[in-house]
Amino acid sequence: MAAPMLRWVGRGRLWTFARVDGGSCHRRGAPTGSTSNRIRGQSSVAQQPLYTTQKPRKGEHKWAAVVGLEIHAQISSNSKLFSGSQVRFSAPPNSLVSFFDASLPGTLPVLNRRCVEAAVMTGLALNCHINKKSLFDRKHYFYADLPAGYQITQQRLPIAVNGSLTYGVCAGKKQSQVIPKTVRIKQIQLEQDSGKSLHDDLRSQTLIDLNRAGVGLLEVVLEPDLSCGEEAAAAVRELQLILQALGTSQANMAEGQLRVDANISVHHPGEPLGVRTEVKNLNSIRFLAKAIDYEIQRQIDELENGGEILNETRSFHHQLGCTMSMRDKEGKQDYRFMPEPNLPPLVLYDATSLPAGADPQQVINIDQIRETLPELPRVTRERLVQQYGMLLEHSFTLLNEVGLLEFFQNVIKETRAEPKKVTSWVLNTFLGYLKQQNLAVSESPVTPSALAELLDLLDSRTISSAAAKQVFEELWKGEGKTPGQIVSEKQLELMEDRGSLEQLCHSVMEAHPQVVMDLKEGNPRAINKLIGLVRKATQSRADPAMIKEILEKKLSS
Amino acid sequence: MLGRTLREVSAALKQGQITPTELCQKCLSLIKKTKFLNAYITVSEEVALKQAEESEKRYKNGQSLGDLDGIPVAVKDNFSTSGIETTCASNMLKGYIPPYNATVVQKLLDQGALLMGKTNLDEFAMGSGSTDGVFGPVKNPWSYSKQYREKRKQNPHSKNEDSDWLITGGSSGGSAAAVSAFTCYAALGSDTGGSTRNPAAHCGLVGFKPSYGLVSRHGLIPLVNSMDVPGILTRCVDDAAIVLGALAGPDPKDSTTVHDPINKPFMLPSLADVSKLCIGIPKEYLVPELSSEVRSLWSKAADLFESEGAKVLEVSLPHTSYSIVCYHVLCTSEVASNMARFDGLQYGHRCDIDVSTEAMYAATRREGFNDVVRGRILSGNFFLLKENYENYFVKAQKVRRLIANDFVNAFNSGVDVLLTPTTLSEAVPYLEFIKEDNRTRSAQDDIFTQAVNMAGLPAVSIPVALSNQGLPIGLQFIGRAFCDQQLLTVAKWFEKQVQFPVIQLQELMDDCSAVLENEKLASVSLKQ
Repeated sequence: MAAPMLRWVGRGRLWTFARVDGGSCHRRGAPTGSTSNRIRGQSSVAQQPLYTTQKPRKGEHKWAAVVGLEIHAQISSNSKLFSGSQVRFSAPPNSLVSFFDASLPGTLPVLNRRCVEAAVMTGLALNCHINKKSLFDRKHYFYADLPAGYQITQQRLPIAVNGSLTYGVCAGKKQSQVIPKTVRIKQIQLEQDSGKSLHDDLRSQTLIDLNRAGVGLLEVVLEPDLSCGEEAAAAVRELQLILQALGTSQANMAEGQLRVDANISVHHPGEPLGVRTEVKNLNSIRFLAKAIDYEIQRQIDELENGGEILNETRSFHHQLGCTMSMRDKEGKQDYRFMPEPNLPPLVLYDATSLPAGADPQQVINIDQIRETLPELPRVTRERLVQQYGMLLEHSFTLLNEVGLLEFFQNVIKETRAEPKKVTSWVLNTFLGYLKQQNLAVSESPVTPSALAELLDLLDSRTISSAAAKQVFEELWKGEGKTPGQIVSEKQLELMEDRGSLEQLCHSVMEAHPQVVMDLKEGNPRAINKLIGLVRKATQSRADPAMIKEILEKKLSS
Repeated sequence: MLGRTLREVSAALKQGQITPTELCQKCLSLIKKTKFLNAYITVSEEVALKQAEESEKRYKNGQSLGDLDGIPVAVKDNFSTSGIETTCASNMLKGYIPPYNATVVQKLLDQGALLMGKTNLDEFAMGSGSTDGVFGPVKNPWSYSKQYREKRKQNPHSKNEDSDWLITGGSSGGSAAAVSAFTCYAALGSDTGGSTRNPAAHCGLVGFKPSYGLVSRHGLIPLVNSMDVPGILTRCVDDAAIVLGALAGPDPKDSTTVHDPINKPFMLPSLADVSKLCIGIPKEYLVPELSSEVRSLWSKAADLFESEGAKVLEVSLPHTSYSIVCYHVLCTSEVASNMARFDGLQYGHRCDIDVSTEAMYAATRREGFNDVVRGRILSGNFFLLKENYENYFVKAQKVRRLIANDFVNAFNSGVDVLLTPTTLSEAVPYLEFIKEDNRTRSAQDDIFTQAVNMAGLPAVSIPVALSNQGLPIGLQFIGRAFCDQQLLTVAKWFEKQVQFPVIQLQELMDDCSAVLENEKLASVSLKQ
């Protein structure tokens, strides 16, 4: 028994993972082509892609996966949820710990107003109903980094319920079409983060850092409306963008500000849901998608081979790319929930219920928070499409890359070039270079101003687009030269002098009589070769249209 | 001087009849002499003397901080005191020195009070006798009073006098004994189900439980957060009002304190007459277990009010009989939760076992808690299990609401204050008391006091008279929520009518010499 990890290796399951990955929904070449067609164009939450077995032995066994997410977002606040300790990532261990955080006897929680506001903002942005009265509960379990022996959370009556999150998944030939989808949000609750345990196996001891203990978390619980890793990844990415736009969480997964647990089960459509597993330890969006797809396929394989799925917690192993049973707790945990007696009910107000003469410092007005909500990613994308005439998928790309939208907007501000031109340069050339070198926008050697100047030169027909590419390449070297300097140093200006261009055309024609002959004999495509040759002679500085015109004139004369 | 009330000694300090240091030294010496009472767990002699010195400077410069400046006080050992060991009378917290003061302690110190020490209690305040702490039981000073001794001499059945000492009641028995034996002028107790009023009744003191939310719980090591209130033990009602005035008010560190403006300071008018008052007598409090003496005093008290023109009404609190079992479920559930933090990791006791974290938790908690605490944790966890939660915890919460509504209904019927017994009888001898287990005792002894905590109301026990045995008997007044001042005003009037006798401890001092192996006693006047 035990060691399920070894069992799979024995059966060689790990090697089947590549196929599992390829089989996830919406991907081209998925073995379930007909299924993904069915999905296309739907935004329904009920729609789920179907999985086929790897070895379709007993007829047509179709599987559907059901995925729900629990997302913990660390609230961006100066101090913790119930204490005055500072919140800071990577501070020296145990340097941000108040008496309450260490659970000294007699200490009491005091709710942080900022955290409540962040929860209300997030709830509103996710179309939730904000509960005017919510309650806090204690959830008990013994763990070294949970000094009180319980976590304060909102189990019975959370601050926000019944919302929805609309996100987009890529589909179509080049994954370039964006299909909107919606996942329902069950609830958003305020709760405390735990500390961190560092296990020193060598000395068999555990070191505790309580800096994180008591930091405010928003737990966002999604209904199980998702059906594959890609959907989950897209939904989480959208949530991340929303949180960042609101400023309620930095939502950086690598720093643990956004943590995702996935509940996964598979079943035959029309039959009851299967036993679910919970996959933890998903600290990047890429791993989230991988882990979910792996787990779905593992469950299908397990069931296909006559096995059963255990209701267990599994952890995703990044290196091996698989999920493994955590085997942490013997039997079921009973958290023995109890109302937190030290915190009165959290009461929020709106414009109609606000008591007259209430001290604004003592009350939270939902309507007032609603008025101050910033532009949400969905609206930003719509605006980009309308304002700059770009495709929806381009707007997705602009928002999904950290800092790209800002870069784009800065270029737009400084250039006379057409927005479509800017979009194309930013998304194709600029982003292409970044991706190639695996750089973030903030690490780019090309500034928005430099790109704007370059696009101006192009727009004023000072340089050709070929020359512009050359200038961009020079800029990427990061030597501090402006596009103007590069153009003049390399003599990349467009040849505006018609006389010398005519001369050049003439000599090229003379030098290639065979091509001229071809043309005259009725091969119209031969002119392209001549154009190419002339361009080469001009070092791409001449406008191809003008070259063509001169050549045609000469040939017909 | 030591036998005076807080108000009297405060006046003496202001008039320069005595200095804070002299007063402090007198109290310290009496603490030493009465060490056998086991009232104190820690005597903070150095701290107190230093505070006295500072107080003395203030008096010299005419910058007294008020009525409490230079007044020796004691604090139950379940309030956090910065730099002073705070044990809750448990192995679990032996050696634990908190880095902060409870808000109530800080407020006393800010008013210039002298902290004499930390007083004994039942472990984590779980008990009604002050007999179940790791430092041993507290002895009731009345065991050594002239009044009790004389009555005992008349009783042919009394044999072994030394082992026949009485309990103080509890769980704030140390605080009660400390005030009763004149080692300080006021003491803080805590009151979850009667823990301040019960020992006050047994020790002939005023024991006041303020409205829930009036006084901060920050720094009070909790028993039941939703019922705990810091309690005040003094020799008279006026003293309790002075201390309440220093303690009451919202605390940003305790979100359950109320912000509504409260009349401060708590100056109590002297009621000229009670003809506009309506006193309620809850009929359910007339239980068969009530001793005939207490019963007769209770009815005499009602007669007194009536004869002075007050309206006295029988009222019904129909859910009273469910109070004990309801309290049991709620108390143990919160205890199970509150005790979860004592795991040996951050502070307090840690066992030697280091096989695994879980094994360390288990052994630490087994070694650190006594049977009573462990038993309550076990019950509480049972009630909180998912399968039991609805049947026990939620039901108990509903019953609690009914009990609270009983009081609301009684007060809505025009009653100003309720008059009830505080305890079933006077204090019993220790040997008698321990014949029953802690649980049975707590259930019996809290019967008149517990419901008040579930409703969050203010209540005060006032010493009324001595029993046939020469022991104090107290009666309880219960007021409307946040009508603490009205409640104390009525209590003050009653106190004046009954003229409860002062404890005569001269005999104790003589006996003391035997108990303390002939230690030489300084002569102190213990009589007013």
